[in-house]
Amino acid sequence: MKIVVLIKEVPDTWGERRLDLETGLTDRAASTPVLDEIDERAVEAALAHADAHPGTEVVVLTMAPASAAATVRKALAMGATSAVHIVDDALRGADLLLTAEVLAAAIRRTGFDLVIAGNLSTDGGGGVLPAMVAEVLGVAQLTALSSLEVGEDSVAGGRVSDAGTMRVSAALPAVVSITEALPEGRFTTFKGIMAAKKKPYETLDAAAVGIDVEDPAVPRYIMVSVAERPPREAGIKITDEGDAGEKLAAFLVAEGVV
Amino acid sequence: MAVALVLLEVLPGGALAASSAGLLAAARRVGDPVALIAGPADAAAEAAARGAVRVLTADIEPGALTVPVVDALAAAVAQESPDLVLASNSVESRDAVARLAARLRLPLAADVVGVDRDELGVVAHHAVFGGAFSVDGAPTFGPLVATLRPGAVTERLDPQPLVVERLEVVASGVRSGRVESFSETAAPSTRPELRGAKVVVSGGRGVGSRENFALVEQLADVLGAAVGASRAAVDAGYVPVSAQVGQTGVTVSPRLYIALGISGAIQHRAGMQTATTIVAVDKDPEAPIFAIADFGIVGDLFTVVPQLISALEAPKK
Ligand SMILES: Cc1cc2nc3c(=O)[nH]c(=O)nc-3n(C[C@H](O)[C@H](O)[C@H](O)COP(=O)(O)OP(=O)(O)OC[C@H]3O[C@@H](n4cnc5c(N)ncnc54)[C@H](O)[C@@H]3O)c2cc1C
Ligand SMILES: Nc1ncnc2c1ncn2[C@@H]1O[C@H](COP(=O)(O)O)[C@@H](O)[C@H]1O
Repeated sequence: MKIVVLIKEVPDTWGERRLDLETGLTDRAASTPVLDEIDERAVEAALAHADAHPGTEVVVLTMAPASAAATVRKALAMGATSAVHIVDDALRGADLLLTAEVLAAAIRRTGFDLVIAGNLSTDGGGGVLPAMVAEVLGVAQLTALSSLEVGEDSVAGGRVSDAGTMRVSAALPAVVSITEALPEGRFTTFKGIMAAKKKPYETLDAAAVGIDVEDPAVPRYIMVSVAERPPREAGIKITDEGDAGEKLAAFLVAEGVV
Repeated sequence: MAVALVLLEVLPGGALAASSAGLLAAARRVGDPVALIAGPADAAAEAAARGAVRVLTADIEPGALTVPVVDALAAAVAQESPDLVLASNSVESRDAVARLAARLRLPLAADVVGVDRDELGVVAHHAVFGGAFSVDGAPTFGPLVATLRPGAVTERLDPQPLVVERLEVVASGVRSGRVESFSETAAPSTRPELRGAKVVVSGGRGVGSRENFALVEQLADVLGAAVGASRAAVDAGYVPVSAQVGQTGVTVSPRLYIALGISGAIQHRAGMQTATTIVAVDKDPEAPIFAIADFGIVGDLFTVVPQLISALEAPKK
């Protein structure tokens, strides 16, 4: 079986994250880039299947600037078989539709039985890419799975919503996205890091996967303005001396919130 | 006038989802809100009561995931030529409009907090990185597909006379997943929904156990608040995952947010820092939550909260 895992480099959520106020794009210089935690879990889900089913191929795929290579290497060091990295200056600031079309084209080129993605990226992604990619590929999608069972020719899992719990399934090939209910990504070992250096690593531009970035017939979603909110400031801070609950009640009354 | 097509969700019980009123009100800023209910017409009257000028209904193949709704949306778009297609940013609705956008090759704006129209066309508003940045986006031409963050729009519309129309849908035959089973949440909470709640009381790892979490719920009930939690509290099993506030949980923007035993990690703050007033109770004076709290108490939540509850209840007695 061939599993393609969609991975994305994002600004580390532990640091300050900024948008460039000129371009509206993520300011990559302002923070440390990391492999999104949810995508580590997606890689882990694929590797767990591969561990139990020898012969499984796990290809990690990203569309990102050339500088994301270190992040892709991390997924290889975890144990992925090979990597496909779409790099193209013309894709800077690509909207969701273009991103989905590029990823789908690369997936088709690579070949796949199953695509695993994160349900939601932490850098403001809307959790829509997996379903868009599925539509472009003409296959079923199962999104936001909190459990995952990969069979020989089908995939199934659970999805939790406010209304209840659902069990969903689809025939392969299919696209799934997983939530943080799935296990964390495994640690990389020195051996894994060394092995990653020798693994197949393909770098392609948009044209190589057959996408015309500048197609004037296709509408794009563009940023028209960006503004920064002033940061929040701390207010009153007291140490409880036995009456903090009463003081808080008085504060809430004074604020008119109760 | 221009049409804004709105996908409404029907709950398992047959009523419209709580997101419906906000969706219709948001869409009204762009055009006449025409509702699509992918299912029986039973909820149509409710859609009109919430401001839909017309309600389209479509028969849906039961058990098939998403694709039949996409087919209905595509038929509605062909019929109405809307300037905007708006749906809730819930998992089900966003899957449907994401596939629609990919199928029709339309631009998609995800997780918007509002939509508007200017002289050039439709504009969508986003709150990025926990609300630290406001971004506006627009399609280069043609209609926009967008998903609206639940609870982000509190405006409501006046009821409209009921006009229902059955939509003819040709099945696309695109492969879909299947819903094999569904079990409804045992006792649906009587508390307000977290998304869009005016007051939220959240508990973190500091609450210590599932049993202790009752104290958080008790304060929530005194304040008529929704219950939230940190990821650590969810991971420890004190509360279901639907209560998670933050980066990878729900984003809330209430009038009052009370954090109990939550240190205020950056990923938690990303989901609540746009609250009007923030109150925090934490034992650790260095907890980062205090950097954004309007009223911070360094203390034990198990003494502060019971005292707060008695003080709030005292005038009522
Ligand atoms: C990619 C990513 C996404 C994440 N997404 C989220 C998210 O969506 N939401 C989220 O919340 N977290 C998220 N996290 C996790 C986040 O980093 C923190 O681990 C988490 O928020 C910590 O939860 P906490 O504050 O309850 O626990 P802790 O940080 O352990 O804090 C517990 C606090 O309780 C206090 N305390 C203990 N006992 C008492 C007492 N008796 N009275 C008063 N105070 C007491 C302690 O002093 C401490 O400050 C994410 C992390 C990553 C990496
Ligand atoms: N540029 C990208 N390259 C590869 N995968 C991506 C990219 N953007 C998003 N994804 C995948 O889609 C998931 C959901 O992302 P999003 O729709 O941005 O919230 C992520 O967790 C990734 O698995």
